[in-house]
Amino acid sequence: MLRAKTMEWVTQIRNGRSIYLVGVLGYIVAALLLMNWLSQPGLRDAVWYPLVSALAFAAFLGSLLVIYYAPLAGAVKAILGLAILLVLLPILGVRNTFLLEVATQVGIFAAMALGLNIVVGFAGLLDLGYVAFYAVGAYLWAIFGSPQANIAFGTNRFPLEPEWFFLFLFLAVGVAALTGILLGLPVLRLRGDYLAIVTLAFGEVIRVIVNNLDKPINLTNGPQGIRPVQRPPLFFKPWLSALGIRLDDPTLYALYFYFLVLLVIGFAIWLARRLENSWVGRAWTAIREDELAAQAMGIPLVRMKLAAFATGASFAGAMGMIFAAKQYFINPESFTFMESIGVLVMVIVGGMGSIPGAIVGATVVTILNLQVLKGLSLMLNKLRQAGVVIPIINFPLSQWPTQLEPAKYERLVFGILLILMMILRPQGLIPERRHRMELAEALGREERAEPEQLPVEEELPPVIPAPEVRPTRD
Amino acid sequence: MAYLLELKKVTKRFGGLVAVNRVDFTLEPGRIVSIIGPNGAGKTTLFNLITGIYKPDEGEILFEGRSLVGLRPDQITAQGISRTFQNIRLFGNMTVMENILVGMHTRFRASPVDILIQTPRFRREEQQLREEALQLIRFVGLRASPDELAKNLPYGEQRKVELARALAARPKLILLDEPTAGMNPQETAETTRLIRRLRDELGITVILIEHQMRVVMGISERVTVLDYGEKIAEGTPEEVRRNPRVIEAYLGRGVAIGAIA
Ligand SMILES: Nc1ncnc2c1ncn2[C@@H]1O[C@H](COP(=O)(O)OP(=O)(O)O)[C@@H](O)[C@H]1O
Ligand SMILES: [Mg+2]
Repeated sequence: MLRAKTMEWVTQIRNGRSIYLVGVLGYIVAALLLMNWLSQPGLRDAVWYPLVSALAFAAFLGSLLVIYYAPLAGAVKAILGLAILLVLLPILGVRNTFLLEVATQVGIFAAMALGLNIVVGFAGLLDLGYVAFYAVGAYLWAIFGSPQANIAFGTNRFPLEPEWFFLFLFLAVGVAALTGILLGLPVLRLRGDYLAIVTLAFGEVIRVIVNNLDKPINLTNGPQGIRPVQRPPLFFKPWLSALGIRLDDPTLYALYFYFLVLLVIGFAIWLARRLENSWVGRAWTAIREDELAAQAMGIPLVRMKLAAFATGASFAGAMGMIFAAKQYFINPESFTFMESIGVLVMVIVGGMGSIPGAIVGATVVTILNLQVLKGLSLMLNKLRQAGVVIPIINFPLSQWPTQLEPAKYERLVFGILLILMMILRPQGLIPERRHRMELAEALGREERAEPEQLPVEEELPPVIPAPEVRPTRD
Repeated sequence: MAYLLELKKVTKRFGGLVAVNRVDFTLEPGRIVSIIGPNGAGKTTLFNLITGIYKPDEGEILFEGRSLVGLRPDQITAQGISRTFQNIRLFGNMTVMENILVGMHTRFRASPVDILIQTPRFRREEQQLREEALQLIRFVGLRASPDELAKNLPYGEQRKVELARALAARPKLILLDEPTAGMNPQETAETTRLIRRLRDELGITVILIEHQMRVVMGISERVTVLDYGEKIAEGTPEEVRRNPRVIEAYLGRGVAIGAIA
């Protein structure tokens, strides 16, 4: 009954496709007009400007989601999506490099979320120290792509020339993957909570090491961090000027990093999707679902878990390196436990195991932190300077303590987001394909009762807590 | 005749409890045999020992003459032993098709590189094994769609998926742990026929743990009886049924076994 109705609906949508195309284009144009209107110089000083511009940018990025969900042909969707990412956003970004900055940051986190999604979402291994691999990639380039290595090794060969950047990108992938394997070997025999605790500790250990490795040999320059970090070569600059495009170096670099990150994300999506639809991805999901049964099906647990760990870690390594080059300066503060939690929140908010979910989660969380909260802070500051008083309770905003600035609410936001998600949409914003099927199934079933599960005898009752109770061997 | 499986004085203790006690057991290829015994007799533990989930404290387990002791469960599966579980252990959030494909894990040959660049080898293998999975679905008589999530299936269907998943590895030996538990008489009869077809049509040797005497008597060529971890009797169903120790083991615990007496 309901199913037939849905089918009818679907065909209607199919036939009326052009209406949807018009709708999507309308949305994109509206978002563009809004952003264009906001770029008037006169508006910048308005109290509401930071918040509204943040929301406008979010709405603009949201057009990708609109395209994703619109019932249009795949090719049309691809063209629209690419047009936004490769043409519209860069053009907007050249006018306002801050947008490029935000988009790049979103991209870095999206790639990390894609990587962590393989570990947590696909294979079900709770990794709370993911940022460690990010740090490994970042410091690898920061040390050799800056004069820091001279101090450490007593030469003057460094910094390496920008051309080395791409070789090091591969190195960062390899070294991060290797770190993942080295950590995973002893740790992946542990289950659930234990794995979470050990990875958490590992993340902190890496940060502490980096923080203290300014003596006996000064490898990381400790809490002061490393500066300046070499940037990738602007090899295309002559080509651009040949085309008559003249941009200053900061804008060029902003564009460069944006496209670089986009490229890595494209690669990450491609990799994750191919793996997902193969025996590798199925083995990971089987491990997530039931480790013992998975092993009984012939899946070598440790090897497959290591593969998930290494794959996830390699994404973080690559992004860490790009981050270091983009920031020009890194110190241990960029690699705290909060970063690991942040990426995990992105995966959960988006939907565990879901590739589009990871990207949407990263976008939502990053925009919220980087733009909306900052925007609120700026707004508050302006109100404070203007001497505004909250009416009814008669509270002058100038007395609002700086500790309570919205920009410092990051943890609160993570917490609230997680609670809201757990209550309203535990399967995430864009649930994994399988969970979507389950929802469709529940709808299709209408009020047919669940088949009653027969009570069956528990198979491995831990009667006596002997060490053999848990099959830990592998 | 060479044995497919041979257990020599296998013992497994859980703390002070001897779950399996010096059990000897041999099995020729092409047989269907049953293991029976009261609850807690050590039947499932015996399966867990054969499949490598537990390591025997003493004794030797040989499969095709080679020792299985010390091998991991996945390595043992790769040698050609598959199993089902007493309490169904399907991958609930995976589809019927995916469950069976996971069962074929040991048979995939495509390398990660094949997967990433989707070589013809990868596509061919994926397609062939998917087709084979569909055949298995028909073989076990599943009515559900291959795209249904396993956890949404009714109980009897889940049992069939688990069997199909175990068959997917193309085992030489299959261990079925109470395959008819919780089934009605009609489903039980259907399952009994299916088990016989495993051997007759696929040539798979079967060890069955079973509670329903009608099933045991109907299809097994030999019955082994465990009680408190010890093998107390072995023989044809007829011999075992008349064995006084067996009757005592069951009746001594006040278990009514109308089918035996
Ligand atoms: N993992 C375990 N830890 C402790 N005791 C166990 C474990 N597995 C089984 N046992 C005990 O071993 C005995 C045999 O169990 P089991 O092999 O499941 O019996 P059956 O399958 O014949 O009903 C039981 O007393 C059971 O409680
Ligand atoms: Mg049992």
